[in-house]
Amino acid sequence: MTTTVPARARTERSSVPRPRRPRVPFKGAIAALLAPFAVLFLLFYVLPIIFAIGQSLLVVRREGTFGKAELVFGGLAQYALVFQDEAFWTSMLRMLTFGVVQVPVMLGLALVFALLLDSPLLKGKRFFRLAFFVPYAVPGVIAAIMWGSLFSPNLSPFTALTKNVDFLGADLVLWSIANVVTWVYVGYNMLIIYSSLLSIPSEIYEAARLDGAGQFRIAWSIKIPLVRPAIVMTAIFSIIGTLQLLAEPQVFRSFSSAVTSTFTPNMTVYATASIPNANLAAAFSVVLAVTTFVLSFGFMKWMQKKGNA
Amino acid sequence: MSAVTTSRPRSSAPRSDSPRSRAIREPLVSRTSAMLVMAVFTVYFLLPLWWLLVASSKSTGDILTTNPLWFADMRLFSNIGDLFAYRDGIFLRWLGNSLLYAGLGGAVATLLAAMAGYALAKYRFPGRELIFDVVLGGVLVPATALALPLFLIFSQVQLTNTFWAVFLPSLVSPFGVYLARIFAASSVPDELLEASRLDGAGEIRTFFTVSLRLMSPALVTMFLFQFVAIWNNFFLPLIMLRSEELFPVVFGLYGWNNQLNQIPELRGLVLIGALLSVIPLIVIFLLLQRFWRNGLGTGALK
Repeated sequence: MTTTVPARARTERSSVPRPRRPRVPFKGAIAALLAPFAVLFLLFYVLPIIFAIGQSLLVVRREGTFGKAELVFGGLAQYALVFQDEAFWTSMLRMLTFGVVQVPVMLGLALVFALLLDSPLLKGKRFFRLAFFVPYAVPGVIAAIMWGSLFSPNLSPFTALTKNVDFLGADLVLWSIANVVTWVYVGYNMLIIYSSLLSIPSEIYEAARLDGAGQFRIAWSIKIPLVRPAIVMTAIFSIIGTLQLLAEPQVFRSFSSAVTSTFTPNMTVYATASIPNANLAAAFSVVLAVTTFVLSFGFMKWMQKKGNA
Repeated sequence: MSAVTTSRPRSSAPRSDSPRSRAIREPLVSRTSAMLVMAVFTVYFLLPLWWLLVASSKSTGDILTTNPLWFADMRLFSNIGDLFAYRDGIFLRWLGNSLLYAGLGGAVATLLAAMAGYALAKYRFPGRELIFDVVLGGVLVPATALALPLFLIFSQVQLTNTFWAVFLPSLVSPFGVYLARIFAASSVPDELLEASRLDGAGEIRTFFTVSLRLMSPALVTMFLFQFVAIWNNFFLPLIMLRSEELFPVVFGLYGWNNQLNQIPELRGLVLIGALLSVIPLIVIFLLLQRFWRNGLGTGALK
């Protein structure tokens, strides 16, 4: 295509003496195919970001205590409030702690399951694949309602355990939420890694087998390096997901008083918007989005660099 | 072990280097521990769902007093009846809303993403890489970070607390564009497009009659994941919707769950409602298995 299309365009231009022939072939078709998505993307992705940044630069000014409220340009005043907001940064730190533990555990499990599914060690692979994936079909809210009930002392089937260990108390509730997230997403990540494993041609293993390498050795030295891109992708999505955590902790508030209204950054955004203080909430949103972008993009670049080294 | 090794003794002896025979010689310890790990986690993944099924089949009183992991007085169908009758069938309304948001929204989002991804894969034009990079940036900007700004915009045009407030933002799937581009590049051969051009078919027509069909397994995958994303969406309804009759089912159940302290009788309805809201997703995943299984890994190939 790269060679044929420009060639054809050139010959046509030389034979037909029309000066304003479009340089790009199929301009109209390209525009028609791209436009619907592009318009919606601009309206519901780009515009909100611009709008949020704009709103975050405004402050409310009142003339006297009972005067009319008025929105005026306030520079970075809202951001100053964001950076002074201890609860917000506590929640950021909480999510970082959560991510540092939960993401490796979840992806580690997903990788082990995927490797086991890909190894000759198992029987009934079809069943395991489905059973592990089913939780992904459970919405976060529903998963949180289920696990919240299972953790609560009076509903749980494991009362001996839940009466002695306070899964919903201040110390453990973050990890109880981590369990819900892990339960939902392990199977999904497992399948992404597994389908990446399936695309490795089996001849690659032959040499290793002839050299007498066992399954563990093959997995460690051949399979894991080859599915690295899949693992990196699941890691990026997990990092993004962690910082966005909202539904599960929000549901857990009905089971546990340890989950405050500013437990995660997104809960802070929602709580601030409900006050209502839209401008400060917009500043929170911007800071959260930038942090997420920097972390996920930084992780991606770091992995690329490590991969090339 | 003996059962397995003796079942295919002949193949392992003469061709000791073939992959098949290699499989048979995996040590018993490895195989047993692998099965054990998988069995333990099967319990972990399925037990909560089993508990939900059992609990939804009980009367509210029995939920607290009988064995949580086994059936008592079977009330599944009368519970479903109660759920559907509660407050003039508001639950069915929610279920319908969810089907509309996720079904229609997912279908439109998939089509638009397929068109854009196809254009980015199959045509050369200035700004192509820039557009793709912007869309990729969109993948990294989390949807929830957009919920509040979207609310601010929709309130400017007085569209908060409407169907459109949840529906319209669901139509944009940057990740879908990313997937569609990869799929289109690998599954729609350029030669076919050239042939179609020689036949005099227009580009758009070729897309809808030839290319879209070739991309269909990928489209099913894209639709499925967009469907799930919309079905499970929480922040957007939370921030946009006030009127109960617009709620998607998951958000409605969230509301009920929050009222449990004031209205404990809702407990049974929350559980049976949770079960019923999960079943459509499980069914659709099982039905479309062969499509998404192959499509899932594609995003990571590049």
